[in-house]
Amino acid sequence: MNDTATLTWFAGHEFRLAWRDWLSMMTAGKRGRERVVAVVLVIFIALMHLFAWSMVARVAGIGAHPDKAAFIGITGSLLLSFSLMLSQAMESVTRAFYARSDLELILSSPVESARVFAVRIGALSISTALLGLVLAAPVINVLAFIGGVHWLAAYGVVAAMGLFASALAVALTVALFRSIGPKRTRLVAQIVAAVIGAAFVIGLQVAAILSYGTISRLSVLESAGVIGHAPALASWLWWPARAALGDAGALAVVVGIGLVSVALAIAAFSASFGDHVVAASGIAFDQRRQRTATVFRGGSPRGALRRKEWMLLKRDPWLVSQTLMQLLYLLPPALLLWKGFAHGHGALVLLVPVLVMAAGQLAGGLAWLAISGEDAPDLVATAPVPAGAIIRAKVEAVMMVIAGVFGVFLLPLAWVAPYLALIAGAGVLTAAGSATAIQLWFRTQAKRSQFRRRQTSSRMATFAEAFSSITWAGTAALAAAGTWLALVFGLIALLLLAGTRILAPRAPA
Amino acid sequence: MPHSRAALEILNLCKRFERPAVDHLDLTVRKGEFYALLGPNGAGKTTTLRMVSGLLKPDAGAITVEGIDALADPVAAKRVMAWVSDEPMIYDKLTPLEYLDFVARLWSVGAVTAKTRAHTLMEWLQLTPHAHQRCEGLSKGMRQKVALAGALVHEPDLLILDEPLTGLDAASARQVKSVLRERVEAGGTVIMTTHILEIAERMADRIGVINAGRLVAEGTLEELRRQVGGGDASLEDTFLALVAQQDAPAEVVAA
Repeated sequence: MNDTATLTWFAGHEFRLAWRDWLSMMTAGKRGRERVVAVVLVIFIALMHLFAWSMVARVAGIGAHPDKAAFIGITGSLLLSFSLMLSQAMESVTRAFYARSDLELILSSPVESARVFAVRIGALSISTALLGLVLAAPVINVLAFIGGVHWLAAYGVVAAMGLFASALAVALTVALFRSIGPKRTRLVAQIVAAVIGAAFVIGLQVAAILSYGTISRLSVLESAGVIGHAPALASWLWWPARAALGDAGALAVVVGIGLVSVALAIAAFSASFGDHVVAASGIAFDQRRQRTATVFRGGSPRGALRRKEWMLLKRDPWLVSQTLMQLLYLLPPALLLWKGFAHGHGALVLLVPVLVMAAGQLAGGLAWLAISGEDAPDLVATAPVPAGAIIRAKVEAVMMVIAGVFGVFLLPLAWVAPYLALIAGAGVLTAAGSATAIQLWFRTQAKRSQFRRRQTSSRMATFAEAFSSITWAGTAALAAAGTWLALVFGLIALLLLAGTRILAPRAPA
Repeated sequence: MPHSRAALEILNLCKRFERPAVDHLDLTVRKGEFYALLGPNGAGKTTTLRMVSGLLKPDAGAITVEGIDALADPVAAKRVMAWVSDEPMIYDKLTPLEYLDFVARLWSVGAVTAKTRAHTLMEWLQLTPHAHQRCEGLSKGMRQKVALAGALVHEPDLLILDEPLTGLDAASARQVKSVLRERVEAGGTVIMTTHILEIAERMADRIGVINAGRLVAEGTLEELRRQVGGGDASLEDTFLALVAQQDAPAEVVAA
């Protein structure tokens, strides 16, 4: 096989694996579900278009002569997409370094590893761009439908941003690898990816709170101050926005930058990528002496189970990065709370649903790890501890973490606005309890390392958990606002839980 | 605790999945005995032992562990036994010492006793140099030894092991065998499934052969040899002959 044939064949192999991986994720590995998934996808895409319509219909009329405000809005939206794509790409590169899967086979084969990793970087770039395109498609389609076909050029901009984000992610991860070594890169890269993914949104929210006392990020982008200080209309900073509006010259430059950046990343890093992968697999586990927790102090079996859960949660790098991201999203509400000390409490009402929603989401993840992600199920099941006591201990471990995290927000809130703190506290407890209950009803036996794929094991549990958190957040928001509609939302949340319980498997799998 | 001469008594035990996995099985293991349970793949060995350990509910039958009805009072039965599977049941993010502390607390072993036993076991199994390393970095053999130490830290009367020597190197296998032998000499009971017939031949006091969910033969190696009419046949020949007898059509066996 010649060089080109090898590259083509390997690229085909990569895409076949990626396709099967995606299909398996969508169908949860069950055969015969393809048709159902297709129908659900069509409905989902239609709903996304409706959602996009409600969001962007009013700006679709931006024509050939946009003003600064339009450029700021479009550039802000593109930066948001870019930060998410960069985060996703960093996550993918980290996985490419550390997931062993077929790497040993590839590296032990007589194919030149630089060529293999050139394809892998290319495939990663294309998949990142595709993901960006899929997410942006409803918005672009709606804009093109209402405002004109010139908006279709935005597809090219999003694809170029995906390519540029991937190239940047490869460069950043390799730089981390070289500067702090393979051992620390894994955790740091995941944290950096989480921070990048959240940074833009959080930054806008923080600016909005500090400037306008509201959590809405649009307040900043639409403010006279930002428009006044923005560069002139002819600035190159607006090229991506110009390209999205159909300027052929700007589009050619933006797409060119995307393609050239990936080509440069391949040229610069594909040869050393294999070395980094080998280095990462060589240090997969630290053989040095670790700081062992205080042991042999005695205690009850339930206490032992709780302590074990906390130790494992604390030592899980992926969970740490995910939790950090969720906590980062709580930064704007924390700032709002801090502002509330100085100026009125009106905006604090916004804090209540954010806390409740975050508690539900965090509790769902922790509960899955504690209940389903048990790495030694036989050990725990053969211990002389009643099954009910085991479950209680695990639920306690989750709820205590939630209490610790959200207590930090609720205590100062109680000082400023006791009624809101009461509502938020009840909401946090209820949302976290509901998410934990759903994980309990849908518990499976899985390894903790499968946490990333937990959503695919039960779509029902995933949706129920999300809707439960949303409805409890809505209930809390309405209760905080003092309207009786909170009762209606609360009832909906309870009915949702009851329905989930009825649909849940009778006995654990 | 009720007194019984049997460490384990199984009566008329049944478990069916798509087909019967355990089919009206009767089995008795005496106290202080090293009992090897042999059988071809899918014979029902692991299913039987998982039911004894409380990991599976039988469809019918009775299980008594050290005189305790394991189905009526599973917690009391679990208190006196331990289960070790072929896949080590340990936590990657804990060190061996933290793991032993966790297991000891699950079985309500006092802190001082647990600490002494843990250090003794680590010493026996040559795990002391790795006491403070997270288990994720340990080899398969060391992980299996950590799991075994966990099973022994609460000094169970009945130790059940499912293929405990799978994947162990010669030195590790010898350490594990030595620890098991010492356990039996100290009065404990060990039940072990294995595909390594030489291990059963050399270590077991009695051997049970299970096929298609039923106990087809039981006894010392000599007794099993007599059953198949072989003078000094190896256990491998004896085992294959016993399984072949069982697999043959009923009329042929009867004849």
